[in-house]
Amino acid sequence: MAVTLSERAAQHVSGFLARRGKGIGIRLGVRTTGCSGMAYKLEFADETPEGDEVYESHGVKIFVDPKSLPYIDGTELDYAREGLNEGFKFNNPNVKNECGCGESFNV
Amino acid sequence: MALLQISEPGMSTAPHQHRLAIGIDLGTTNSLVATVRSGLAVVLDDMAGHSLLPSVVRYHADGRVEVGYPAQAAQNADPRNTIVSAKRFMGRGLSDIDDASALPYRFVDAPGMVQLSTAAGVKSPVEVSAAILKTLRDRAEVALGGELVGVVITVPAYFDDAQRQATKDAAQLAGLNVLRLLNEPTAAAIAYGLDNASEGIYAVYDLGGGTFDISILKLSKGVFEVLATNGDSALGGDDFDQRIFCWMVEQGRFQPLSPGDMRLLLTKARDAKEALTDHTEARVTVMLSTGEMLDATLTQADFNAMTAGLVSKTLAPTRKALRDAGLAVEDVKGVVMVGGSTRMPCVRQAVADYFHQTPLTNLDPDKVVALGAAMQADILAGNRAGDDWLLLDVIPLSLGLETMGGLTEKVIPRNTTIPTARAQDFTTFKDGQTAMSVHVLQGERELAVDCRSLARFELRGIPPMVAGAARIRVTFQVDADGLLSVSAREQSTGVEASVQVKPSYGLGDEEITRMLKDAFTHAKDDMRARALNEQVVDAQGLIAATRAALAEDGELLSADEAAAVEAGIAALEALLAGSDHLAIKRGIEALNAATTEFAQRRMDRNVRRAMAGQKLETFG
Repeated sequence: MAVTLSERAAQHVSGFLARRGKGIGIRLGVRTTGCSGMAYKLEFADETPEGDEVYESHGVKIFVDPKSLPYIDGTELDYAREGLNEGFKFNNPNVKNECGCGESFNV
Repeated sequence: MALLQISEPGMSTAPHQHRLAIGIDLGTTNSLVATVRSGLAVVLDDMAGHSLLPSVVRYHADGRVEVGYPAQAAQNADPRNTIVSAKRFMGRGLSDIDDASALPYRFVDAPGMVQLSTAAGVKSPVEVSAAILKTLRDRAEVALGGELVGVVITVPAYFDDAQRQATKDAAQLAGLNVLRLLNEPTAAAIAYGLDNASEGIYAVYDLGGGTFDISILKLSKGVFEVLATNGDSALGGDDFDQRIFCWMVEQGRFQPLSPGDMRLLLTKARDAKEALTDHTEARVTVMLSTGEMLDATLTQADFNAMTAGLVSKTLAPTRKALRDAGLAVEDVKGVVMVGGSTRMPCVRQAVADYFHQTPLTNLDPDKVVALGAAMQADILAGNRAGDDWLLLDVIPLSLGLETMGGLTEKVIPRNTTIPTARAQDFTTFKDGQTAMSVHVLQGERELAVDCRSLARFELRGIPPMVAGAARIRVTFQVDADGLLSVSAREQSTGVEASVQVKPSYGLGDEEITRMLKDAFTHAKDDMRARALNEQVVDAQGLIAATRAALAEDGELLSADEAAAVEAGIAALEALLAGSDHLAIKRGIEALNAATTEFAQRRMDRNVRRAMAGQKLETFG
């Protein structure tokens, strides 16, 4: 299993990194908060976080902290447009249910 | 499933706590809204893909309000109720508007700020701006999928307190939380990342559709200070269109034009101008409604020649601004181009020649101000890590205290960057003095009465001593949000008193609260005032019409009837002296009732007159 990016998501991440002018990839994780138990973290990574699992997808480095991995292993990060809004979407096979808005979830 | 954005390391937000912040460029001609998405500033488009929102608001009699393109389209058909360029009236009285008589609006002179009478009632420029801001707010909330924590709105660097406050009021009316007002040239400089650049002098050259502004900024320690501004409020891209328009009329030897043809030619002129940005020549083909044709080619060289005068007109204020700042062209480290008209190669060339350097043009000049505002909003909303914090604010006016004799003692001079803290020692004036009053002031004037009073508090419990023996340290502290706290402490006993004020453009917290409350209470007052105004106008109209009718057809009435009508007029006139709109309304109704019979007879006579001498079949 691994954590991957869709091609579209990878293009956007590369674009954001290039425009930001620094950073070596992105870091995914979860934390226990929110109305449905867990919430995703999605951040730029400026240096290799110690102990992180590293994946590479379409040329983009993805860091995942080992504690979060069981909750998001197998996730594909996609980039989607919904009306005027656009952003990243976690397609996470581990999710059993999520809150109405999808910002937090349960495994 | 919610859509997520990439956060800065360690800055992930808790769910449902996104700090959505936007920047708004509230322009005279067009407005834009931008935000920072995954670390990148982007302008938010509307559903139709337009990024610009024309700053035009149309009021309908039924209370409907149209904003943007639909309002702009009605500009010619309904000029009185379609408000264009409301920004020019923000915080201005009628006497401040030089060309009021040339504008199609029905201005109402009101204390403080001019108002506009529309089909939907009297509107203030603040309400017009609020309608624009509300449209942009809705656009942003749909695009970002949530509630906004705050907004940074840009204002011209030369805006004074009244204009800035009016802009803030408009934002509050639109339900926006203003994180900060930002000077437009500063926003443009931020968009280009100049705040991270080395210290020095920067010029911002802003040529919009109808206005030209030049600002000289000084960057030191990440803070922009506006050293000088200048400009021409009646010079912009429209003038360039006008030159091409004249050329087309000349080339086509057109007869006097209908308004429709004139608009057509102006549109073609603009197209030709835009084509010349990327091409050395533009072909112009037009067919007028009269059947007259024009098929000609405009070369860039011809265009440059016919507009050279306009371009050089921008350089005079530029020279003046530099002179006001006491600087030479060589002192300018970089030039930022703002406004769609700076796309014209001739403008860029002239600016490059004048400043002996290539101006910065790689960002869209229409969007650069909104982008800078969005970046600033992102920081102020707390979405960037601590080391990215920029110190962008300076105290606009000095902060100080009133001392004996009503004089001002400055504690923090203007243009000090915030956050900051300064302390000064004071002493007692009389023997055995046990209390001291601290009067906090803002302003540059020497006398306390000429400065704005921000707060007053008393330090009590000073031990009785001879005059001049007590040491009272007064500390002024302004935090990053512009919150001023003042504390006074008697050094030997440690007794202390303090107060917190918010010197945002010289307004205290209470004053801001009052203004906010006023917005609500005034809603009622305004309504009452408006109702009164309307009734007064109606009543005056009715009196005038009745008098005219009496003069014309007075013989239709018997002496008694005429006296009754006269009495009705007199009664209504008496009511006009008061301010009871309901009484006036009743007076209008009474006069109307008293003249119904009269109106009926006049109608009959007019119909008879119209029909006299006509054969019956004409009406068949």
